[in-house]
Order: sequence, then structure tokens, then C-alpha cells
Amino acid sequence: MKRSFRILMGLGVIIALVGGLSYCSQQQQVTKSSSDVASRVYVPPGQYDEFYAFMSGGFSGQVAVHGLPSGRLFKIIPVFSQYPENGYGYSEETKPMLMTSHGFVPWDDSHHPELSQTDGVPDGRWLFINANNTPRVARIDLRTFETVEIIELPNSAGNHASPFVTQNTEYVVASTRFAVPIPQRDVPISEYKKHFGATISFISVDPETGDMDLAFQIRVPGYDYDLAHAGKGPSHGWVFFTSYNTEQAYSLLEINASRKDKDFIAAVNWKKAEEYLKQGKYVEEEVVYYNNEYDDKTHTATAHKRTKVKVLYPKDCPGLIYYLPTPKSPHGVDVDPSGEYIVAGGKLATVIPVHSFSKMLKAIENQEFEGEVDGIPVLKYEAIIAGEVENPGLGPLHTEFDGKGYAYTTAFISSEIVKWKLGTWEVVDRIPVYYSVGHLCIPGGDSRKPWGKYVIALNKITKDRYLPTGPELCHAAQLIDISGDKMKLLLDFPTLGEPHYAQAIPAEILMKRSAKIFKLEENQHPYAAKSEKEARVERQGNEVHIYMTAIRSHFTPDNIEGVKVGDKVYFHVTNLEQDWDIPHGFAIIGANNAEILVMPGQTKTLVWEPKKPGVYPFYCTDFCSALHQEMQGYIRVSPRNASVKISYGTYKEGESGQ
Amino acid sequence: MAGQQKMGIGSRILVAVGALLYLGVFILPIWKISLDAPQYPEGLGMYIWVNHITGEKPNDLENINTLNHYIGMDKIDPHAIPEFDIMPWIVVALVVLGLIAAIVGNRKLVATWIGLTLVAAILGIYDFWKWEYDYGHNLNPNAPIKIPGMSYQPPLLGTKQLLNITATSLPYWGTYLIIAGILLGVLALLIDRKRAAATAGISRNFPTQRSAATAKVA
Repeated sequence: MKRSFRILMGLGVIIALVGGLSYCSQQQQVTKSSSDVASRVYVPPGQYDEFYAFMSGGFSGQVAVHGLPSGRLFKIIPVFSQYPENGYGYSEETKPMLMTSHGFVPWDDSHHPELSQTDGVPDGRWLFINANNTPRVARIDLRTFETVEIIELPNSAGNHASPFVTQNTEYVVASTRFAVPIPQRDVPISEYKKHFGATISFISVDPETGDMDLAFQIRVPGYDYDLAHAGKGPSHGWVFFTSYNTEQAYSLLEINASRKDKDFIAAVNWKKAEEYLKQGKYVEEEVVYYNNEYDDKTHTATAHKRTKVKVLYPKDCPGLIYYLPTPKSPHGVDVDPSGEYIVAGGKLATVIPVHSFSKMLKAIENQEFEGEVDGIPVLKYEAIIAGEVENPGLGPLHTEFDGKGYAYTTAFISSEIVKWKLGTWEVVDRIPVYYSVGHLCIPGGDSRKPWGKYVIALNKITKDRYLPTGPELCHAAQLIDISGDKMKLLLDFPTLGEPHYAQAIPAEILMKRSAKIFKLEENQHPYAAKSEKEARVERQGNEVHIYMTAIRSHFTPDNIEGVKVGDKVYFHVTNLEQDWDIPHGFAIIGANNAEILVMPGQTKTLVWEPKKPGVYPFYCTDFCSALHQEMQGYIRVSPRNASVKISYGTYKEGESGQ
Repeated sequence: MAGQQKMGIGSRILVAVGALLYLGVFILPIWKISLDAPQYPEGLGMYIWVNHITGEKPNDLENINTLNHYIGMDKIDPHAIPEFDIMPWIVVALVVLGLIAAIVGNRKLVATWIGLTLVAAILGIYDFWKWEYDYGHNLNPNAPIKIPGMSYQPPLLGTKQLLNITATSLPYWGTYLIIAGILLGVLALLIDRKRAAATAGISRNFPTQRSAATAKVA
């Protein structure tokens, strides 16, 4: 008894000592780092950040807009998921955005934001992002920061290797992470090799309007295609896609798809593809997919069903595509600013292989092939390799560039970012990140002219980095200074969903073009009421259309009678304001959808189906003015068979509204 | 004495240029009212032209009207102000008169032109003040914001605090051009007087007066 007490005491002392020590060192670390870096990330009140960062919302399906270096969150742009906060995907105008060949899909998993480029440099016109689950690509207009187009990809499953752009945004590319039967059909899973295939898609982008079209697809062997990047400069005209599971396993992939020493990077010559298309060497196939477009004049989205796609088959199109053997289940494929080096993140490899574009061309010319798969020549590894980065950390995933001759690669397993030199392939610096970094982002770091000041680590695990919030913890980003020789950790900040990837651009490129309002005189919404005189209520059978206006601080009409149980009531709310930052919201009791948040000059529609007679209030949800709390109204609902006629108004004192 | 003589060509050109400067009011506002409020860091304001009112930025005028409805001020509607139909003609008439004075080269006519301009300007400013008074005092009794004893007449010239809004009212380039036109007319008269005196050979007799006149012009 006594002895065990003594042991316990001893243990207690040790624990206290160790605890104290670690507490001290923690304190020291905090003080040291905060005194060093606080000023580097401090953006004083009222001042602006230097960069916009667009971070994928991961399983939220959205895009988050942060500022750098502060890490502050400015906006969540709803893209692939319904967003009750502003009515996206709930309002009648935006519901068509989420239409797919599977019907209305209210959620997705968004992975890789990609800024449009001109001459290989981000130009700030549009942001693209992929939906991984139900394969789609979205386009966000960076004047309004709203999703304006979504295109679905047929013959695809798991749209992961997407949406990377070519040098002048001629195309946005996509490829399938999951091989599936093409066309989809009922077959045994075990007949994978016989029936399953994959596709690489090229979506053309109209240089003026940004309008996306599925230009063509290439049918490729049924591997898992993971990531992509377009060539630039000398390699402009090519796009590179990583693949894994060249083993073509269909079960327990973690073992079965990790057997081979090398998988492939697919190098696609899209200029060649354009020639073959012109020569008619494609097969036009019957498919179903949707292309949904939002018009910011009608403030309305339209879902277009499409039924045809042009497919190129590599065996009919020599020179269209080559396989570059690459160790080992590669994730990222990243082209350096010069366009010469193609860096692969072989997540199970012990080195980072770097292919040379010029050697690749020479190997093609000399036919240095080691085999062929379905008409796709496989080049010899030794003939194309420029160098290997030794000791790059465990689990290298993704690389970006600072424009000063260095590359930065994430190592997921060893939880670090490794800096190495292009050409000599030697590691010059490494910094731990907390914890398990996936992608990283240098502003313009995948372009010809990176703004190499910061790198953001996009981490998968946070554990003890923040105050705990139960089992479900935030994901997070870390800002690291790369302006000097040594990387320096500046800031941790939590993110929306899982931040798979991010892109950043200098604020000055975007901020001056950001729209403040929508012009009321340009509003072409069919149910807009562009002045209070135009406000009215119309019955069409059991549909009641309320042309409602909102302006500080009232709705017109704000008293509505003559609605009956069984009616479908459409509140078409036009915000008459033409003033900056004066949205009005609209919510009504018992609505089975959401609210709508209407920007100045915009019209949005919320459907409401009253179930019981009564008088129901509605109100403005956005604190718009000093008399916001007065911005409310009533709608009277009479029984189904009542004879109450439609009447409405917004009444001044002494009129019938009192 | 000198007035009966035709004015020198230099002076007449000055008068003509001065008269033409008045036309500037057709391309530049004559007055500006700026409104400063905590919620409007980007500024809010309106320009008063010879024939209409516009916002400093697109939509400023309607935004000012939206804010004014809380205190029950009438909507500022340029079409409701009949002076805007008359004022351009008055300016045109003054330009014509100035040009005639320049062609004829009559000193009295030039003086009349200057005098009439000043009369028109004073009447215009009085009219502007009266409209400001009306807008500021003639408030809707049912306005949401009512503060006993408070009126919202904007300043004629200078700065005034109206609730959360600091209103600043100042002449704008159109008015400055009119003032420049008047000054050119006055300068023409002074130069001509000196020239007339010199031709008459009597300038030696009035050295003090001449230097005083020069100082005034400077």
C-alpha cells in the first residue's frame, strides 16, 4: 500500500515536471512566433488584404473567399450545394442550376478551384471548380462572385482531375476518377476489365462570354485519373493527367491498386485532337447531360438538356495521347512556369520524378516506347525523365512554384512542405505543417508568373490546433512566408468544409471590377416589378403571383388577401435599391424551402404553399436600415372554398391599411 | 468720356471670351452638395446644373431621396423645378448680350452685361436658398423620424450637420467659369479705361489711380 503510494507520488512528480516543461516550451514557442509574425499577417481595421484566396469548400460543395495574409473569410459562394442563407438552389431562379441527368442534385463535393488564364497568367475573369460526386464543372463570374454556369459531364464518374485550364482558357479539362461501364449498363463488377472505361473531357470556354461547351471526349483505359495540368509556353497545346490503379482493381484498392511500381501520366495533345475533330475522326455518341446557365439580366438560370458528345478513340488518332510511366500512384502533375518540367507527386514513391517536356518530344520522335495500351504508346521512363528529387518527404502529393526557380511539394505522410530547386533537384528547406497537408497554393503558383510571396498549406487534420469542438473538428489552412530562403509559418486559419485546393490572385486585379449593384433598368426578369407602381398580385388558377418590391423599409404590397389553402404562392421580390450593400431578405412563416436574399436591382422568387387558413407574417431578414424591424407584412389565407377576392396594397396612415 | 469711344480690340476679345465662358454651365455643374455619413464611406452627393440635378455617382440622387423619406422630405425631382426651364435661356441671353457688347465695343453695354449677370446670379442664389428652405422645412408630418424643432435645410455655402449627415454645399466649376467671365469683363473695362486714358494723353495726370487699378486686377 505504502509502496504503491510512493510510486504514484513519483509518477505524479514526473508527470507534473514533464507537463510543466512542455507547457513552458509551448508558451515560449507561442511568444516567439507571435512576436515575429503578428505584424506580417495583421491587416489593420479598414484596410485590405493583399490577395484574394479562393478555397474549395470540399464536402460543403461551395467556394470560400478568404483574404491573405489575414486569413479572414469574406464570402461563401454557393456552387454545387443548396445554400439556405441566400436561397441558392431553393429560389425558383436558381433551382435549374442544380439540374443533372440524375434529376435535381442538392449537394456535391467541390475540390479544385481554378482561375481563368490569359497567356498562362490568372486574369481574374472567372473561377472554375469541379464537382467530384456527380461530375460537373462550374464557372463563377468574378465580377458578381456568383455561379453563372454548371456543365455536367457524361460518361464520367468522380470528376476529380478537373477543372484545369489551358494557357488562354481555350479549354477546361476533366477526367474520371472512377472507371465505369461506358455507356452505363448492368454488368458484373468482376468484369471490370471488359466493360469499364474512362474518359478525358475537354470543355471549350468562349473567350468573350465564358460560355462552356463540351467540345469532345477521349475514351481512355479504365484507370483512375487523378489530377491534371495544362502545358504552358513550349508545352502549350498539351495537357497532362495522372492516373493510378493501372492494375484495374475493383475491390480493396488500397492494396490491389498499389502493386505496380509505376502508373501513368497521360500526355494529351489537344491541338492534335482539334485536327482529328476537323477531319471528322470522332464518333458522335448519344448521352444525356445538362448545361445550366444563369443570366444576370434575367437573374434566372435555365437548365439545358444535351444529348450528344464527340468521342475520339486513341487507336484511331495516332499521336493524340502518350503514357509517361511514373512512380507510384501519382496524385499531382504540375508544370513549372517555364513549361519544360512536369512534376509528379507519386504518393507512394520515395522520390519526386520530374519529366522533361523536350525529352518527351524527342522520345516520341525516336519512338522510344516500352509498350502500348489500347493504341496509346507508353514512353520509356529513362528517355523522358529530367531528374528525381531525393528524400522529398513521405507521400509527396502536389507541387507549386514560386517563379524564382524553386518548387514546393507537400508531403502528406511526413506532414511537411519541402522546398527544392528546379534543375539541381536538391531539397533546400522543409517545414512541418499541422497536420497532413494535401494540396498547397502559391498565388499564381501553377501559372507562368507566380506571385511567390506565400504558400498556403491545405491540411486534412487539425487535432489540437484549435479549441476542441466535439468529435467534428474544423479543417484548416496555414500561411507560410516564402519570400526568404527559409520558409516561415505565419498563421493558422480554419476553412469551410475540406479545403482540397485553393487559388489566390492579387486583390488589385479583382477588387476594381467587383460589381456593387445590379442595374434595375437592366433587370429583365419576367416577374420583376421595377417600381412600386408595378407591384401587383395576379391569380392564374391556383397559382398566385405576387410582384413585390422591397425598398427601405417596406414591401409593396405588404397586405395581401384572397389567397386560399391549396394555392401555390410565388413571391417575386424585386429589390428596388440601387445603393451599395443594401440587400433585402424575404422570409415567410412555414416556408418549406429557405429565405431569399435579394441584391439591389435583383428579382428572386420564393414559393410558399399555405396549408391552413390564417393570417401569416413575412419580413425582411437582412438588417437593412434603422426601420428594418418595421419591414414586414401580412398575407391572409382563406379556406379553399372561400369567396375572398384578391386584394393588396401598402397603405399609408389614414388609408385602409390602418 | 472714354465710354463714348469704341473699346480696343484686346478688351473686346476679353469680353467675348468672358461671355463664352458662361457656356461652361452647359457642360459643368454650377453647385455641389456633398453628404457625408458613417454608412457612406464612398461618399454621396449631387450636382446642380443650370437645367437639372444629377447624382455625384450613378444612383446617388435616388439614394439621397431614399434616405430623405425617413425625415419626410419631398423627393428631389428636377422635373418639378420650373426654374430649370428658364435658367438656360437666361444664360444664353447673357452670352448673346456679352457678345453684342464685345462686337459693339460699348463700355456701358459691357457694364450692363456684368450688372445683369450679377443680378441674375443673386436671384439664382436666392431661388436656390428658397428651394433648400422648402425641402428642409416642408416635411411630411407622417415621417418615421421626427425630431421636434429640427429642420433639414442644407447650407447655401459651407457645412452643416443634419442628424448623421454632414452636408457641404459649395459652388462648382460652372459657377467658377461665370465668375471668371465676369472678372474678364471687369478686366476688359479696366484695361480699356487705361488705354483710353493713354490715347487721350492724360494718363500722366493720374498715376495713382492707374497703379490702384493695376493692383486691383492683380
